[in-house]
Amino acid sequence: MSNLHEIAAGLLNIVLGLAFVMVMAPLLTWVERRLLGFLQDRYGPNRAGPFGVLQVVADGIKLLFKQDWIPPFADPAVFVLAPAISMVTVLLALAVIPATPIIGIIGNLNVGLLYFLAMSGLGVYSVVLAGWSSNNKFSLLGGMRAAAQMVSYEVFMGLSLVGVVMLTGSFNLTDVVHSQRHLWFVVPQFLGFIVFFLGGIAETHRLPFDLPEGESELGAGFHTEYSGMKFGMFFIGEYIGIMLVSAMTTVLFLGGWYGPVLPPFLWFGIKTGFFVAFFILLRAALPRPRYDQFMAFGWKLLLPLTLLNILITGALMLGLPAPT
Amino acid sequence: MLSSLRTLWYTFLHLFQRNVTVSYPEEMPYLAPRTRGRIVLTRDPDGEERCVSCYLCAVACPVDCISLQKTEDEGRWYPEFFRINFSRCIFCGFCEEACPTYAIQLTPDFEMSEYNRQNLVYEKEDLLISGTGKYPDYNFYRVSGLAIPGKDKGEAGGERKPIDIRGLMP
Repeated sequence: MSNLHEIAAGLLNIVLGLAFVMVMAPLLTWVERRLLGFLQDRYGPNRAGPFGVLQVVADGIKLLFKQDWIPPFADPAVFVLAPAISMVTVLLALAVIPATPIIGIIGNLNVGLLYFLAMSGLGVYSVVLAGWSSNNKFSLLGGMRAAAQMVSYEVFMGLSLVGVVMLTGSFNLTDVVHSQRHLWFVVPQFLGFIVFFLGGIAETHRLPFDLPEGESELGAGFHTEYSGMKFGMFFIGEYIGIMLVSAMTTVLFLGGWYGPVLPPFLWFGIKTGFFVAFFILLRAALPRPRYDQFMAFGWKLLLPLTLLNILITGALMLGLPAPT
Repeated sequence: MLSSLRTLWYTFLHLFQRNVTVSYPEEMPYLAPRTRGRIVLTRDPDGEERCVSCYLCAVACPVDCISLQKTEDEGRWYPEFFRINFSRCIFCGFCEEACPTYAIQLTPDFEMSEYNRQNLVYEKEDLLISGTGKYPDYNFYRVSGLAIPGKDKGEAGGERKPIDIRGLMP
């Protein structure tokens, strides 16, 4: 009987979690445009519905009713597969995030952190395959950039988490949160936090690191040839990616659901929302770096920083008496 | 690196600044009195049409959107018809500058959208207003030397009697 209970709870978590994410992701497109508007001293979409919320619905209807066009020169199978990969990988990665001890699909997975890294690694395929199958030189350039960018930033992202894993002694994300009960990892792992967040921006290829899309030089990069709901899936995938990275940063460095007074899920939501808003602020504020600057920034600055972080963390852990 | 953070901070501060957007249909933007919008034909203080059908506006118009026909009534010139095609008009104001009698004037009204393009062709009845526009006291025939019924040569404002060109006196 208790087994049945567990299955029911799990199913409920999956269904509600998926529903929540699928509602939040399109809503985030509106939030972003509204917030960008305010950051640029204008209103943003405020016409459809109260505060313009129904803009999301209008956009969805528009995307759904557009012609589902596959260019004749594209490789149709891969062309259709790419946006699906983009969404599936981020959704799968989202499964390991423990919002609270109860809410979360497999928050207790013993290789949760590795699973997250693996899934965001697989996410590269969507972009590369999209660029490749479009059979268009701008798309291909975007895809190539995306491959190089995501593979190299994946390195720092993984390495920046080593410090967290060392302090926790576990890949289990729930354990990671539990070990931040007294002190959030953002303090002892500040370097790791910075590098992880920068890597997260690069992984979701968001501004200012949206070189694979780079409107000014590549049209729209890897999704130049996409339209309708296939484009919409890339879009939604990107926004789920933002939520994923924000939630991950919260879990790994900001103590997940821990916080005074308010209930745990609210704390988790507030922290995640803060990072989502920061993503949007970054987009509003910073210009895109040149591609070589971007790669140099990664390999010449972030990589040494992460290695330094690991060394210092290790040295301190050996030198200091283990905290109880 | 520091400049990036500075940028982030200053962009963040913009969140608390007033929006520059004027939500137009709900909120009318300020239009200067000399804004060049819908064109009107004005009347002089006596309530007569100012337009003397000199064709200068039609000549000045760079897009040829003004069309009119002269007619004459007791020594006075009137436009028989006066037609402005606002679907061509670029609101440059050259017609206003060209007009010797201040008849044609541009107003700050710009809300003249139509569903049918034909409706943008304004006839004289649509253009004529009952007022004097920007020049409330100006009356062309009261200051010009032209003789019209009720006013002979030399009787206009600021005008002297015509010189007797056959006389010897200065």
